[in-house]
Amino acid sequence: MITTVSALSAFELARIQFGFTVSFHIIFPAITIGLGTYLVVLEGLWLATKKVVYRDLYHFWSKAFAINFGMGVVSGVVMAYQFGTNWSHFTAFAGGVTGPLLTYEVLTAFFLEAGFLGVMLFGWNKVGPGLHFFATIMVSLGTLVSANWILASNSWMQTPAGFQVIDGRVVPVDWLAVILNPSFPYRLAHMVIASQLAVGLFVGASAAWHLLRGRSTPAIRTMFSMAMWLIAVLAPIQILAGDQHGLNTLKYQPAKIAAIEGHWQNTPGESVPLILFGWPDMAAETTRFAVEVPYLGSLILTHELNGHIPGLKEFPPGDRPNSTIIFWTFRLMVGLGLLMLALGLWSLWLRWKHDLFSSQLFLRAALLMGPTGLLAILAGWLTTEIGRQPWVVYGVMRTADAVSNHSVLALSTTLAAFVIVYFAVFGTGIVYILKVVAQGPDEGGGGHQPDADVDPHLRPARPLSAVEEKIDASAFPAPQGE
Amino acid sequence: MDIGIDLPLLWAAIIGFGLMMYVIMDGFDLGIGILFPFVPDESDRDTMVNTVAPVWDGNETWLVLGGAGLLAAFPLAYSVILSAVYLPIIAMLLGLILRGVAFEFRFKADAAHKQIWDKTFIGGSYVATFSQGVVLGAFINGFEVADRAYAGGALDWLTPFSIFSGFGLIIAYALLGATWLNLKTEGSLQQRMRELTKPVAIALLATIAIVSLWTPLTHPDIASRWFSFPNIVFFSPVPILVVAATLAILWTTSRRDTHAAPFILALILIFLGYSGLGISLWPNILPPSISIWDAAAPPQSLGFTLVGALFTIPFVLVYTAWAYHVFRGKVKAGEGYH
Ligand code: HDD
Ligand code: HEM
Ligand code: HEM
Repeated sequence: MITTVSALSAFELARIQFGFTVSFHIIFPAITIGLGTYLVVLEGLWLATKKVVYRDLYHFWSKAFAINFGMGVVSGVVMAYQFGTNWSHFTAFAGGVTGPLLTYEVLTAFFLEAGFLGVMLFGWNKVGPGLHFFATIMVSLGTLVSANWILASNSWMQTPAGFQVIDGRVVPVDWLAVILNPSFPYRLAHMVIASQLAVGLFVGASAAWHLLRGRSTPAIRTMFSMAMWLIAVLAPIQILAGDQHGLNTLKYQPAKIAAIEGHWQNTPGESVPLILFGWPDMAAETTRFAVEVPYLGSLILTHELNGHIPGLKEFPPGDRPNSTIIFWTFRLMVGLGLLMLALGLWSLWLRWKHDLFSSQLFLRAALLMGPTGLLAILAGWLTTEIGRQPWVVYGVMRTADAVSNHSVLALSTTLAAFVIVYFAVFGTGIVYILKVVAQGPDEGGGGHQPDADVDPHLRPARPLSAVEEKIDASAFPAPQGE
Repeated sequence: MDIGIDLPLLWAAIIGFGLMMYVIMDGFDLGIGILFPFVPDESDRDTMVNTVAPVWDGNETWLVLGGAGLLAAFPLAYSVILSAVYLPIIAMLLGLILRGVAFEFRFKADAAHKQIWDKTFIGGSYVATFSQGVVLGAFINGFEVADRAYAGGALDWLTPFSIFSGFGLIIAYALLGATWLNLKTEGSLQQRMRELTKPVAIALLATIAIVSLWTPLTHPDIASRWFSFPNIVFFSPVPILVVAATLAILWTTSRRDTHAAPFILALILIFLGYSGLGISLWPNILPPSISIWDAAAPPQSLGFTLVGALFTIPFVLVYTAWAYHVFRGKVKAGEGYH
């Protein structure tokens, strides 16, 4: 441990620290975005049909939402400060663009969520159904607005536009071009769909867990069915969106695509194969053990049989992203995406055969697929961010010039503190979400009425307070079937 | 894009306002964690936490606004300050995380674990507050800047003065917390808060006096600003008002029927200290010598963000006032959430 730490430079430590904290953070917003939408749908269906399953499912999932939201906020505050602590030269240089975008996020998204969250979580019996529905919509809208601004900022760093560099710093000259930069629409679509898919997989897995234990109640079946519809519809759309995203990246960040594909040298006019698997070796400038499919590379990335894709050797060694890593993170994401597609198709087939809720094999598969949405999101982000290297603002500023001048000692101390605190605190929170989910929805209105008889003036509006179960008590119900 | 408005000045006002909202609002809820060790009874502790449970979240959003606003309007100041005070800032963030989750987890935990989360809550509150005070002290001391970047060492923030201001802020938040609880609770807990208010108020007065002597003695530029004519004419009422506010706090807490008055007076006291600080440093955003105009973002950034700020902040204030209104009144023992 000591030796590995001391072998890392301050620059690498700053990157690891940022990567570690943002990787934890992104899990929570992804769930918030997806669950927010799901809750809007559930409440809308409850109001439209008056079927109690929808109301019960709403209460059930808003508990998980509440815990998750709290963790998203505290981990997000850290992110907002890390731009200054870890990348001070980057903020001094590009703060004129990233600062206003983050400020707009605070003003239009974070305050919107904060303003309506209390009513959404605690106001079920306090305000009319219409107003309550409105609050749920506003919170969900807030999460999407938030994704919009932060992805505009991130996409600008990937494909910068609408600015000039004057006196050694970025001056925005056309805000519309800054925000609607070339990769932004693709990234926004891909990320928002990813969040919905991830939540669909998670909801589906928790329903499968209950079904496997013989708990085949209307609410469980409803959530399983809804989740499977969502996956069947969104998985193919996500793959199309990813394909379009890749074409966009080929146009603006060809080195990243070359590294993702593990191509070193391609001759114009000749078709490019698709390397399915292999081991890109940065030092030897070749991809070892490559398993190739002829023509497919050209076909996927140019939609032509003999289309040309640049190879990594066309870029100076100092401008090449690490192909070994992103070759594999990308394949992990795409592989999981294909598995999601398979799961969706399988669910359609079983539905047609009226076997959706009873096929043990399928239920086990749905359970196993539970975390894959979040995994694919992490893999996707790692591909995007590591593939942007060595640039922090693509083609404009190098990451090495962005880092603050901290010592190895300072950075390793704080990194260790982050690792310990994050695993302890967020680990507890995640275990807690799983326990809530394992308890299953309270059905038929008898049980959990979140705030039926509490004096409204005393009711807390903090997110986590919506959850009333004791954390340390053993919350897993005894299996009822099997 | 010269529209005849002094954009950096407006932005300094907005950020100053945001940070003051933060100090006041998160001040009293951090103060509750600071007062926890003096209130051992579990049900009293639950009541204390319940008084801020509904508003805690919104309070912290002001800190995010302060940070984002600084990044948008004065990126140079943001990058220099955050790298200069790197270690205390990280400590503050970790403290806020620990306290934020402990706040909730203690209600969900069984008796044995509750003790652990109570300690986490106390520890997180002290660490977060102390770090904020240290950052404030380091800010007054000023930063070494060369070539648009921080040029000092990793521990430059560590001075007797910044340590002192760390402890000073703990006392200030404790006063806000105690007077807030006097307003929101009743019975023996309220009585306990009244007892605590007195020594804390006197300690805060002493702290302010020491800072007011220490600062001009070690910062000749601030001294000349204070003691030159005509500034001295405007400054001289400040110490008098500070003493008067402290005396009024002591007097109102000794009377049984006052609830809101000590809290309002404590807010006034904090406001006086805050504005005194502002006057001493004005117009520098990176003391000792970089002004808000030197550190400002390009006008295109300032103007674009200003539109959003002026349009949304009034709505935010309305939400906030509404939330406080909904949860007005005394919090009784055993009520709230478990
Ligand atoms: C608005 C900006 C922004 C956003 C939304 C993200 N990132 Fe990022 N990321 C950065 C801005 C950034 C950065 C400040 O620009 C870094 C630091 C160094 C660098 O090159 O980019 C970075 C680096 C960085 C690294 C280190 C890469 C390396 O050093 O090779 C990882 C692993 C991630 N990010 C992961 C993520 C994840 C999982 C995100 C999902 C939320 C994410 N990033 C969103
Ligand atoms: C590295 C970049 C990021 C930074 C600096 C950042 C910053 C923040 C901050 C400060 C908060 C807390 C706000 C509060 O106090 O209420 C937050 C929460 C949130 N962030 Fe991030 N964030 C980043 C990445 C992302 C990404 C990529 C997304 C979405 C795609 C996202 C979506 C959200 C959402 C929806 C919330 C609301 C709270 C929650 O979801 O639990 N963030 N973020
Ligand atoms: C199977 C087909 C898929 C393809 C072809 C695909 C393609 C891509 C491409 C080209 C990128 C952009 C890299 C860059 O240029 O920066 C990307 C990023 C990403 N992918 Fe995928 N993807 C697929 C499936 C998925 C799935 C199933 C998920 C999650 C559920 C996912 C989540 C992400 C995320 C979060 C990012 C980073 C954000 C972004 O740049 O959009 N992807 N993907």
